[in-house]
Amino acid sequence: MTDDIKTLKVNGKEVSFTDEPNLLEVIKKAGFTVPTFCYRPDLTQYGACRMCVVEVKYPNGRVVVNSSCTMPPEANVEIFTNTARVRRIRKTVLELLLANHDRECTTCEKSGACELQKYSEEYGISTLKYAKKTEAEFLPIDNSNPALVRDPNKCILCGACVRACAEFQGHAVLGFANRGSKTVVQPLAGKELCDVDCVFCGQCQAVCPTGALTINSEVEKAWNALNDPEKKVVVQMAPSVRVALGELFGMKPGENVIGKIYAALRQMGATLVFDTNFSADLTIMEEANEFVERLTKGENLPLFTSCCPAWVRYMETQHPDMLNHLSSCKSPQGMLSPVLKTLLPKTRPEINLDNLVVLSIMPCTAKKVEAKRVELSKDGKFETDIVITTKEFGKMIKSAGIDFKALEPEEADSPFGEYTGAGTIFGASGGVAEAAVRTAYNMITGEELPMLDIKPMRGVDASSRCKEATLDIKGTPVTVRVVSTLREAEKSIQEIKAGTAKFQILEVMACPGGCVNGAGQPTSCEDASIKVQRAEGLYTEDKNLTIRCSHKNPDIQKLYNEYLEKPGSHKAHELLHTTYSDKKKGSYKDFSGCV
Amino acid sequence: MTTLTDIKSEQAKVQADIKSQGLRVLVCAGTGCVANGSLKVIERFKELGANVRPMTQQDKVTIVPTGCHGFCEQGVLVVIPDLNVTYVKVKLEDVEEIVESHIKNGKPVERLLYVDPKTNEHVFENNKINFYAKQTRTTLKNCGEINAESLDEALAVGAYEALNKVLKGNNPDAVIEEITKSGLRGRGGGGFPTGLKWKFTAANRGGKSYVVCNGDEGDPGAFMDRSVMEGDPHKLLEGMAIAGFAIGADEAYIYVRAEYPLAIKRLRIAIKQAEERGYLGNNIMGSDFNFTIHIKEGAGAFVCGEETALIASIEGERGMPRPKPPFPANKGLFGRPTLINNVETLANISTIILKGADWFSSMGTEKSKGTKTFALTGEVNNTGLIEVPMGTTLREIVFDIGGGIRNGKKFKAVQIGGPSGGCLTEQHLDIPMDYDNLIAAGAMVGSGGLVVMNEDTCIVEVARFFMNFTQNESCGKCVPCREGTKNMLKILERIVKGEGKMEDIETLQELANAVKDGSLCGLGKTAPNPVLSTLKYFLDEYVAHIKDKKCPAGVCTAMKTITIDETMCKGCTKCARTCPVGAISGTVKNPHKIDQSKCIKCGSCLNACPFKAIKQN
Repeated sequence: MTDDIKTLKVNGKEVSFTDEPNLLEVIKKAGFTVPTFCYRPDLTQYGACRMCVVEVKYPNGRVVVNSSCTMPPEANVEIFTNTARVRRIRKTVLELLLANHDRECTTCEKSGACELQKYSEEYGISTLKYAKKTEAEFLPIDNSNPALVRDPNKCILCGACVRACAEFQGHAVLGFANRGSKTVVQPLAGKELCDVDCVFCGQCQAVCPTGALTINSEVEKAWNALNDPEKKVVVQMAPSVRVALGELFGMKPGENVIGKIYAALRQMGATLVFDTNFSADLTIMEEANEFVERLTKGENLPLFTSCCPAWVRYMETQHPDMLNHLSSCKSPQGMLSPVLKTLLPKTRPEINLDNLVVLSIMPCTAKKVEAKRVELSKDGKFETDIVITTKEFGKMIKSAGIDFKALEPEEADSPFGEYTGAGTIFGASGGVAEAAVRTAYNMITGEELPMLDIKPMRGVDASSRCKEATLDIKGTPVTVRVVSTLREAEKSIQEIKAGTAKFQILEVMACPGGCVNGAGQPTSCEDASIKVQRAEGLYTEDKNLTIRCSHKNPDIQKLYNEYLEKPGSHKAHELLHTTYSDKKKGSYKDFSGCV
Repeated sequence: MTTLTDIKSEQAKVQADIKSQGLRVLVCAGTGCVANGSLKVIERFKELGANVRPMTQQDKVTIVPTGCHGFCEQGVLVVIPDLNVTYVKVKLEDVEEIVESHIKNGKPVERLLYVDPKTNEHVFENNKINFYAKQTRTTLKNCGEINAESLDEALAVGAYEALNKVLKGNNPDAVIEEITKSGLRGRGGGGFPTGLKWKFTAANRGGKSYVVCNGDEGDPGAFMDRSVMEGDPHKLLEGMAIAGFAIGADEAYIYVRAEYPLAIKRLRIAIKQAEERGYLGNNIMGSDFNFTIHIKEGAGAFVCGEETALIASIEGERGMPRPKPPFPANKGLFGRPTLINNVETLANISTIILKGADWFSSMGTEKSKGTKTFALTGEVNNTGLIEVPMGTTLREIVFDIGGGIRNGKKFKAVQIGGPSGGCLTEQHLDIPMDYDNLIAAGAMVGSGGLVVMNEDTCIVEVARFFMNFTQNESCGKCVPCREGTKNMLKILERIVKGEGKMEDIETLQELANAVKDGSLCGLGKTAPNPVLSTLKYFLDEYVAHIKDKKCPAGVCTAMKTITIDETMCKGCTKCARTCPVGAISGTVKNPHKIDQSKCIKCGSCLNACPFKAIKQN
């Protein structure tokens, strides 16, 4: 054994370690798992749930019990993960949590994916020794917004949501209040989520081990539309959905299942199946054009991307004085819906504005809120009718009895289904910027970018939350900054305010790593590598596609030739661009079409 | 080469000044005595004593408002050292008599002297007061002897002499060595060797590091830290500066609970004075050592006495403990190496430096050296703040210093160490009290709260009381503490209500062990102690509550039965008219009856019955 390789023993098995952040990761490396509610690799270690406790035996014979998620690994210690002592602690923790839990599991949105349910079953908790939660102890459920439902009666106070809010978004919308057994997690001053500056990114929900934070489901609404013979349901799905949905059916993260998605949707009754990747290409046309215009005029730089609705809401509530930086482009979801609602009735006699329902499948909870922006409605009707997340879609496929894994891949419908590699990489942090640069280069120089892969803009792990690349566009240096998490975005904003910012484009995604790690995706918080694999899936598709630049998408070209004329045209503005306003004061409800 | 301040000549100067004050009349201005009106007593003394020539042939009389003397229940305390007398329970109207009779004419005012509870006689001489006779006051020595708001008075009794000594020696490691050798252990409760803690923090010398003083005294009834901060603030500041010098820190925080306004006020005055005169701040006493002390007011959460929660609170976060490791010595306040010591620990430092480690370790037991302060309360004759060598027995404290149990009742138990401590019984009266013996007995020194209970105390109710306290003060972070204490409390509430089941005892035991073993911080790890120790020593009382539905001490309301003795009842109807819930029925001149299902056991009828026909068991 040399000096730099350190080893310890886990349940008698020797394992080496180097820079693992904690004992729990070394235990995993040794091939064992310990249960945990509060440990999330991308968040700070917290040590509150006490499920991951292990016995640590030091060479001098001293034995301590401590939480493995917070202990730094130490050489030559022996770890025991399953002694009577630690199992007794875990069992007591489970019994105590269950006693204080709203155990209406069967009707819980999280049922089947709930970690409390899972461990209770594994540890065989069959009877409860402790007094049940009384009627008086139940707290009201917050169902105030289209994105998230907060049920404090299912909260186990692991603090993951509080940490996610503070550490990802720097925003601390959620916090702890009260002491002792009256401790609760709640939005500022006990208000509802809609009344605080929540951006609805949903990461709190993504890290929640129980049903305390869940997605406000629109599954019923979607089925009602699909089953209604009068309705024509037209579907779009975001880039990152295709590399994550398979996980719900036992497939590997990153496996691209887009063909199966199209097929499943047709089986479920969709009239037409399009793809948000198409409108991602459309977004690039408009946004690249907007950037070139701003660059030429030297105004409103840096340009902020506007695809992420959580980021847009953050700007409107936190920095309304800087809204001029935001691209006026609608998001890809926001662009495709009005295009469908305008053009489909013109070309397809069976479709009219009364029977057309646009169903959108998104990796994101904030998209549900985006769809309810008054700015994205026309004549009192929202352009996007129903938004479901990847997770909700997975449930729908299961309830439809479709053997998803066995489905034969199909193609999307024409003409809004064709997409390029640029559209598909939207799903990973850095993808929008990379796609925009590919097209902006062409718009400025009339030539194609020699090397399409812009590696410095890639990467979705925790160390890649702020990336920067400078490109030489025929003598003009253009610096692109890519950030994910609003906490990182805020730092860039402060640089701009201080006058030290040296970039011309700022791409912001609120979820760490971008949409691949969106809060509507299958749970990925226990394993930090899942989002990386999903991003790899997107970049692989980009690499394999023959067309990799938005401006070369033939259907996009056709759309401009036949209807939109050119990027930035009057018609394009009418359909594809939007406005923003100061939403610093007042509730979210004041600015949405929701009732 | 810098020249250090000559502390000895400074001292000689202020000592001469104090001598010229003539007869010093020390009036306690600690929180307890202030509440009893000592500020007015001081004013009155100043008024009446202004032009008095005392019988001692001194030129004049000087009134000195001091810190706490410890004997709070006898306040307002007035001590005149030159007359070797202590007056107790002094009221405004008594001042004139003391001045006229004793100070002017040498005739003690007998009625204001302390009465020994054993002999029932007045005590004329200071050293004969049983409360003080067995104490060894080193940490608390100056409290009650000097004006806490005067730096000169502190200097006269040796303040900053130890700091001067270590600056002269200029060897931080030697300072740590001396503290290590002394055997001093943390006085906040944990009992961790102080020298070792300093050594661990000093290992990170070089960058920014901090000294933090834990003054968040949260144990109900404990007030030793408050007394030091109020009565001898410079001793604390000096201890902190020496610690800063030893570990290489130039900045410090004192975390004081906001409920201690007087301590905060006096600390602020002391810091300002020390900075003005060069005992704190930059280039202390002419050396190149800089040390700044800030005060951080806590909002009164018990858990903030836990060092990592305290750090979070200073940083402006919610006071929630953080997992250890990393220990504060490596990563503490603002992520920097931090030394956290409690007030009493730091107040020991200067004396150890001056008198030497050997002097300190000559007191106490093998593994617990020096003295310890205790807040003695409950059913003893003398309550107050005491300081005794480690290893003093409970018997000495309760029966000698405390003067025995009040009203001739029987001793039953002591709760030692506050809500984190445990209950000890008669069988423990003769064990030498130190860190290890108390842990072995199922209690802990804790911060030194000592509540004496007599035969009228219900032990199960005591356990419920403390469990209620820890449940309310749990920060809510970890499951065993938050939910475990809640369920332990629920069970105890059931038992005192007479609704307990025998299996509750086992569940309680099991839960207590899991909470102790599984909790994140010291609060949770020690919260079950009152339950575990009472289960161990008073199991029969639990059983009596559960099986016999009886509270042996007659405390638990739910288990009282009030009945009317038909043979004695004359049918006067008084009880029926007094009963607030209409539980008593009967006709005139016929025996009455109590409907047990309606009775709320308020006891009104007991007092109302002129014939003593109503009985309670």
